[in-house]
Amino acid sequence: MAPEEKKKLELFAVKIREGIVQSTHAAKSGHPGGSLSATEYFAYLYGKEIRVDPKNPKAENRDRFVLSKGHCSPGLYATLANAGFFPVEDLLTLRKLGSYLQGHPNMNLTPGVDMSTGSLGQGISTACGMAKAAKFLGKDINVYTLLGDGELGEGQVWEATMFAAHYKLDNLCIAVDVNGLQIDGKTSDVMNSAPLDKKFSAFGCNVIEIDGNDFDALEKAFETFHATHDKPTAILLHTVKGKGVSFMENQVGWHGKAPNDSELQQALSELESARKKILEVA
Amino acid sequence: MADVKKIATRDSYGNALVELGKIADNVVVLDADLAAATKTGVFKKNFPARHFDCGIAECNMIDVAAGMSTLGLVPFVSSFAMFAAGRAFEQVRNTIGYPHLNVKICATHGGISVGEDGASHQCCEDFALMRAIPGMVVLSPSDDVEARQIVKAAYDYRGCVYVRFGRAATPVYHDENFKFQIGKGEILRDGSDVAIIATGILVTEAVHAAEILSTKNISARVINMATIKPLDEEIILRAAHDCGKIVTVEEHSTIGGLGEAISSLLAEKFPVPVKKIGVNDKFGHSGSATELLKEFGLCAENISAVAQSF
Repeated sequence: MAPEEKKKLELFAVKIREGIVQSTHAAKSGHPGGSLSATEYFAYLYGKEIRVDPKNPKAENRDRFVLSKGHCSPGLYATLANAGFFPVEDLLTLRKLGSYLQGHPNMNLTPGVDMSTGSLGQGISTACGMAKAAKFLGKDINVYTLLGDGELGEGQVWEATMFAAHYKLDNLCIAVDVNGLQIDGKTSDVMNSAPLDKKFSAFGCNVIEIDGNDFDALEKAFETFHATHDKPTAILLHTVKGKGVSFMENQVGWHGKAPNDSELQQALSELESARKKILEVA
Repeated sequence: MADVKKIATRDSYGNALVELGKIADNVVVLDADLAAATKTGVFKKNFPARHFDCGIAECNMIDVAAGMSTLGLVPFVSSFAMFAAGRAFEQVRNTIGYPHLNVKICATHGGISVGEDGASHQCCEDFALMRAIPGMVVLSPSDDVEARQIVKAAYDYRGCVYVRFGRAATPVYHDENFKFQIGKGEILRDGSDVAIIATGILVTEAVHAAEILSTKNISARVINMATIKPLDEEIILRAAHDCGKIVTVEEHSTIGGLGEAISSLLAEKFPVPVKKIGVNDKFGHSGSATELLKEFGLCAENISAVAQSF
């Protein structure tokens, strides 16, 4: 990836992270951990990959994105806001009475949200429906969906994956944020879902395993998705939960907890340092 | 009754889908390995490219339909009532009901007349489950003519609709000029002593009950309530006003179905005595449809007896 392009994505990621910590701080609740781990994915998807237009969010032939792990709405909202779908200031209304930024995504309220999600395991099925409908209608539409690794405990995920392979949905890109933590602890302790590569491969997917916080790796993965025919792609994103905020990194407690005032200040100062570092690189 | 034509409303469903498929190319049909039983097989035969089998995975199927609807298709999703409304309840609630998507959930094999398969497949809770979802339209046709019109009405209505079709063949009593409207009950027989409000395959039993009652000089009004939600309040309140006593009849649990919907309306707006006929907080079991309907009191004899018991 060209250095300028990467710099742009890195700065986008910093803005997304700022939005995540600011919005959950303002809401006094929400899910920063899994939003931060998926930030590079969000930044790459909306910075480079997905064909959508913030000025025309309902365009008929746009690509679709379904946040199957709907609780990571702070990450999606911060991404959409910084991509121009709605004002960044509105992120501070997250989860508040009357806000169009509901605790979990609502497709009828928020510009850029293609499906209401929140109940785990269901988003991937709707993405399958969109991808199948696009093929049926002969439309060049790619459908992207992001799941959590804890979410893979839902049996419906595997029903959906079987469906995607059966109908050869090569326009469907399934990404899993493998940050290794869920509410009750390590995913390997709560309900071990390993080996994920073998599982998705056995279910008929083209499996790509990458460092999910690395833009170069993301670029290659999406290139592979575009070059894959007759089967869905599953990208296993190995990430760090809470990535980018030192005290949240790899801490299970930050799955669904908002930062307080001082924690917000520390997070923002760390993110500002990260921004300076990115800008210093020539 | 020997010369009356009998058709199962699941057959009506399949046939109506074919007719709809001819005029609406955005109609697609999803099934969960039950196309032969839900009768969507005839649609598949006519429009193979527009029928998608989802395998035995109802939860995924409901959400696949939700996704498809966002690209402008109008999915008709079929399974048995137990699995469409029961197993996949949360999918229907969160991913069709909450975003108010244009999906038609068409379930066959509602009630105990499913028969020999036994309690695991006899869904007597689907009205209760579907009624509780905000914005969901809940329909229950009583014969072939009404069932076919309901398929078209469900398509014309923009939003989520649940329809329950039956497995057993039932008498066709509407003529082809009948016009079904969502939210409108239908007075089949006028009367002033008691009103019997029935839905689904028990409507013709209610008519027989009224005939039995007339031999005892009891004048019974019979109302076909094919729309469980939104409820036709006007026709119910008028019946309560004119007759003063109401009997509700449904092949469903007495908990949460048409009977409770009517009781709740009357309690708030015009209290009169109500007797609910349905499956009274029990599971069914194997047997023929006729035997089971009789055993559970879902027959003309019991309806007329209850109507006289106020």
